[in-house]
Amino acid sequence: MPQMSIAEALRQAIREEMARDATVFCLGEDIGVPGGFGGAFTVTLGLSDEFGHERILDTPISELGLTGIAVGAAMAGLRPIADVQYGDFLFLAMDQLANQAAKMTYMSGGTVKVPLVMRAPVGATARGSQHAQSLEAFFCHVPGLKVLAPSTAYDAKGLLKAAVRDDNPVIIFEHKLLYGSKGPRTEKGALSPIGEVPDEDYVVPIGQGIVRRAGRDVTIVGKLLTVYRALEAAAILAEEGVEAEVIDPRTLVPLDKRLILESVRKTGRLVIVEEDNLTGGWASDVAAIVAEEAFWWLDAPVKRVSAPDVPPPFAPPMEQLYVPSAQRVVAAVRSLL
Amino acid sequence: MPVNQLDPDTVLSLYRQMLLIRRFEERCNQLYLQGRIPSTLHLYIGQEAVAVGVCAALGREDYVTTTHRPHGHAIAKGVAPRAIMAELFAKRTGCCKGKGGSMHVGDIDVGVFPAIAIVGAGIPIAAGAALAAKRLGNGRVAVSFFGEGAANEGAFHEALNMAAIWDLPVVFVCENNLYAASTPVSTAFKIADVAERAAAYGLPGEVVDGNDVLAVYEAADRAVQRARAGQGPTLLECKTYRQVGHSRSDPRTYRSRDEEDEWAQRDPIQRLASRLLDEEVIAPEGLDEIERQIMAQVDEAVAFAEGSPYPQPEEALEDVFWRQQ
Repeated sequence: MPQMSIAEALRQAIREEMARDATVFCLGEDIGVPGGFGGAFTVTLGLSDEFGHERILDTPISELGLTGIAVGAAMAGLRPIADVQYGDFLFLAMDQLANQAAKMTYMSGGTVKVPLVMRAPVGATARGSQHAQSLEAFFCHVPGLKVLAPSTAYDAKGLLKAAVRDDNPVIIFEHKLLYGSKGPRTEKGALSPIGEVPDEDYVVPIGQGIVRRAGRDVTIVGKLLTVYRALEAAAILAEEGVEAEVIDPRTLVPLDKRLILESVRKTGRLVIVEEDNLTGGWASDVAAIVAEEAFWWLDAPVKRVSAPDVPPPFAPPMEQLYVPSAQRVVAAVRSLL
Repeated sequence: MPVNQLDPDTVLSLYRQMLLIRRFEERCNQLYLQGRIPSTLHLYIGQEAVAVGVCAALGREDYVTTTHRPHGHAIAKGVAPRAIMAELFAKRTGCCKGKGGSMHVGDIDVGVFPAIAIVGAGIPIAAGAALAAKRLGNGRVAVSFFGEGAANEGAFHEALNMAAIWDLPVVFVCENNLYAASTPVSTAFKIADVAERAAAYGLPGEVVDGNDVLAVYEAADRAVQRARAGQGPTLLECKTYRQVGHSRSDPRTYRSRDEEDEWAQRDPIQRLASRLLDEEVIAPEGLDEIERQIMAQVDEAVAFAEGSPYPQPEEALEDVFWRQQ
């Protein structure tokens, strides 16, 4: 079975979906320029050679406009995969995502669909506050959007395919340090997990999480990069005889609540780790769900390990304080024991 | 254009449609004052020639995006008046099943996307529909209706630029009614005509008398043919006037009664009626008959709305996702 990086897996997903369905196309900045990057993180590299420049459509710097065009195209029979170069730029397109795409089906009384995918890279990478945010929480909060967060190559391919085939607007967040981009676009300090990715067609169902590591003493839920921080923490804790169960939800909306609740009922302890600011974040939402629906199984308070409520800083030592580390997760778990 | 250069049936159809919109909107106003419609309304009174003239150049399958002031565009494009009225009454039989309200009426079966109440947001969406039509080769055209106020939103600029770059089959129809809510154009623009902005993006722009339905139809038809022939987008700026307030809570104290009277002299429906009579396309009794028929249509729409059931409250939880997957 082929071994791929996440960037390669996403590329494969796009290639397969575009070959399977002529209405699928990509639009974004720098995604198809001959001799270009193939998108900021190489995901679309080479695809314009295969599919041409109408289906790998380069746009001017117009996030609001390109997202609106994607909405209209989706409503008129195409299946666009739009992208922004940095998730931080989604704010420019917020109206089209939150007021338009998310609400068209509802406002039309269920008569209009918007089969749109928006891909966005997130995560701090020493580029400064405006190229570093994790903003999944903003989109989890908008009814009408589905939100995905694949952290492995297998999930990246499977979830992107599922997103393309879903008739709803789906935002898929990808982490810059997990892409495994090569060449001039190599990311310093990247984790770049390589994984087995089947050649054939498959989807990962939207709304289905996965247990990355089984354990009985504490549940740790992470997303994107922090799934790996959680696994690192679990390895450290195992040496102390504490067996952590690490859950990767893979989809943030609709969340696989059942998987998380089942785990907490088994372990009685929960730590949620996210690369996002603490206040109003995704971890708070998961904590509230567990407090409401699994309170009587908890042996300790729910802990959130999040970025502090500061913009992402630039200097690497500061960024290391900002992004939750495995050590912080370990400390959080120990405080519950 | 002399009225008799178009066939009489076409011209009478334009007249009928404008009158239908006018009487529909007047009735909405009445119903609102009687407390029978739950929400405010943004009425299209005075601007009928734009919606009717443009939509007369379109086919059923062509796309339209409209705004918070959508009733005129919706009716002109073929959304059933009864479906709109039922939506205003918040009934289950409304075009949006009571989920949308006045500012979101539409019917995808006749190409009208749910109206969009965020100023300017429909402009790139129409460009996107045009992109799809071009890629799919189905010959369809998209029209975006918006006010001059929307021409100051970033979405307008981004959409026109991309439509021009990609030669999209879209017609941008700017209804310049001189006020964005209460803000007069003189305080929002340095330039005199929104149409001048077309040149900035490399597409043709044209100023049209928005109170002359035949002039609008002629200009729209040319723009639509251009689009269908693959020659790309056009910006039409239709100068018109909103005879009533922005919404139902607008006493119009920011403009003069003299200005309103001046524009009332140029009422698009009255103008066409005069020409129809002058050029003997129809006799006064004929106009009276049309009036009766239109009023009957409006009455029917209201009766349908009144007789329809309300949605169940729990329906609020449905249709968030397509076919509730």
